Amino acid sequence: MNIPGPVLILGGKSDIGLACAHAFAAEGHPVWLAARDAGQLEAAKTDMALRHGVEVETFAFDATDIAAHEGFVDGLPALPSVVICAVGAMGEQLDNERDVAKAAQVMRANFEGPATLLGVFANRMEARGSGAIVGISSVAGDRGRATNYIYGSAKAGFTAFLSGLRNRLAGAGVHVVTVRPGFVNTAMTAGMDLPAKLTAEPDELGTAVLNAVRKGRNDIYVRRIWWLVMLIIRNIPEMVFKKLSL
Amino acid sequence: MKLGGWGRFGAEDTALTAPRDGSEAAEALTRGPVIARGNGRAYGQSAVGKTTTISTRNLNKMVSFDAKKGELVAEAGVLIGDIIDAFLPRGWFPYVTPGTKFVTLGGAIAADVHGKNHHIEGSFGQYVTWIEVMEADGTVTRCARNKNRKLFEWTIGGMGLTGVILRAAIRLRPVESAWIRQTMVPAANLRDAMRVFEANHDATYSVAWIDCLATGDALGRSLVMLGEHATAGDLDVTRARRPLAIPPKRKLSVPFDMPGFMLNGHTVRAFNKLYYWKGCRAEGESLVDWDSYFYPLDSILGWNRIYGRKGFLQFQCALPLSTARDGLTALLSAISEAGQGSFLAVLKRLGAQDSRFSFPMEGYTLALDFPATTSALALMDWLDGITLDHGGRFYLAKDARMGADTLRRADPRVGEFAEMRGQKGRAETFQSVQSERLKI
Repeated sequence: MNIPGPVLILGGKSDIGLACAHAFAAEGHPVWLAARDAGQLEAAKTDMALRHGVEVETFAFDATDIAAHEGFVDGLPALPSVVICAVGAMGEQLDNERDVAKAAQVMRANFEGPATLLGVFANRMEARGSGAIVGISSVAGDRGRATNYIYGSAKAGFTAFLSGLRNRLAGAGVHVVTVRPGFVNTAMTAGMDLPAKLTAEPDELGTAVLNAVRKGRNDIYVRRIWWLVMLIIRNIPEMVFKKLSL
Repeated sequence: MKLGGWGRFGAEDTALTAPRDGSEAAEALTRGPVIARGNGRAYGQSAVGKTTTISTRNLNKMVSFDAKKGELVAEAGVLIGDIIDAFLPRGWFPYVTPGTKFVTLGGAIAADVHGKNHHIEGSFGQYVTWIEVMEADGTVTRCARNKNRKLFEWTIGGMGLTGVILRAAIRLRPVESAWIRQTMVPAANLRDAMRVFEANHDATYSVAWIDCLATGDALGRSLVMLGEHATAGDLDVTRARRPLAIPPKRKLSVPFDMPGFMLNGHTVRAFNKLYYWKGCRAEGESLVDWDSYFYPLDSILGWNRIYGRKGFLQFQCALPLSTARDGLTALLSAISEAGQGSFLAVLKRLGAQDSRFSFPMEGYTLALDFPATTSALALMDWLDGITLDHGGRFYLAKDARMGADTLRRADPRVGEFAEMRGQKGRAETFQSVQSERLKI
């Protein structure tokens, strides 16, 4: 029988990261949670170990500290079987427009940092000849909109990176999954008035990611309706789209 | 947003907020009056805040487990089902569980829920060791039987009106298997059903499905289901290999509201006949997995939609032992006469309980639901009257329409409850749409 390998969650404090962690832990995978402040992961660690009876470890890392990436990966007990990147920060679009530093920070937190770190894992998994890499991107990356294009552009970059990585590693035994969740009921969206039919619960997303890894799916939305929504949004002619407020 | 209860009868405007820790919860109290809400399984507006509703969905961590004592510490938003998922594989089961596993720990304490073992093992509150309650001023008080005792006693069954339950310690029951040895006993009428309950007082679990549309000699015809946790020795070879696991089951769901006319006297009467007949054929002993035994309805996700868009109402009362037979006969006669019964009618023997504000009392409880129609509302007023005449009391976790006067006449404890509410800013800070309607 196969012993389930460790799953590393980058962004282990986020609702999405934790939901993925629970889904894998429920299947017996040891879980490594990584976040900027490992101390804040203690409650989640205890909870997960109690619920699923698996080993849970926590690590500190900063996705935007690019120079530290190699060292962080070296410091892990081993190369994980699955790495899931749920790092991200939306910021406020208005702040991001007016403040160059804030915009750069959003781009770094959603694209540059996550992509370069996954790049390090990709190289090592390629050398090992096995592994799965999951990137939580966003439908916001499918087409830039006035209301969140700084965040969206970074996610667009991340989506493109993941698809390129998948293409590169297709023959190397390493599977890459892109997840475009659509709306999810999390801390990031708390207080937003989201349509219920389009809004997934975090545990739905966790199950979807688990299934995508197991079945080798490449690019998923969590709720299928998003496929249709984004098909329409992507196909609105630009001369019309530019006048819309979405 | 509009928020209602599980019965989907009426919805009220309230601001829903889901704090992630104590300080966020304390902040929410300043936007009061508030009430805490678990997983929204109370049938009426017990967990719909007058102004703000504090969801405990993000306070859902398990904190520690002491395997010697079988004691679990968890945050209020943890579901009974989560506890079973985590601890049954290790040989533990909740001491008391209501008919759905989708209730939270906080909700189970606030409603002091009971289960099929109430007649000998009491209600949920009996197995609570301590509770941490956020009071009106935002401070967190830990209370137990030997510490802040009054707060502890009022909080169990207090419908969230003493404060916000943040976390609690509960004891679990050691079990050898995930299976229940069920004995099905058909009872031809109410007298017979009560005789079966009394004769089997030492059974760990007992509950009856009751055909509330049967009349005449068959009035109160029931299927009494007795149950015991199966020991390892009760299992066959295949099951004994993994005694704490059950095979995965298919989940059904009700994806849309069924048209209200689907449920009427004729369809229900036909269903009940068939169900009773099937039950009679299944008379005797069988092995049933925990999920099917305790939570038959949970396998149909969103079953509350079978009543259609207008929702449904649940009636549940408890009658003291001395008047139970007369009272139940009067209730069942009224129901069958009106032809309005549902197929989810349940009769249960309750054990003695002495508590500040909890529902159970020694005697019998009858629970059934009705599609929300004007004629059902009228019938329920009538049932209220019969209950009052027989010294009975009502279950607030089920109520969505009772009047304040009815509650006062049914329950002399309301006065002391109101007095408790008058202290420490509780009445101003903690209010549900239900507490306002019932003036408690």
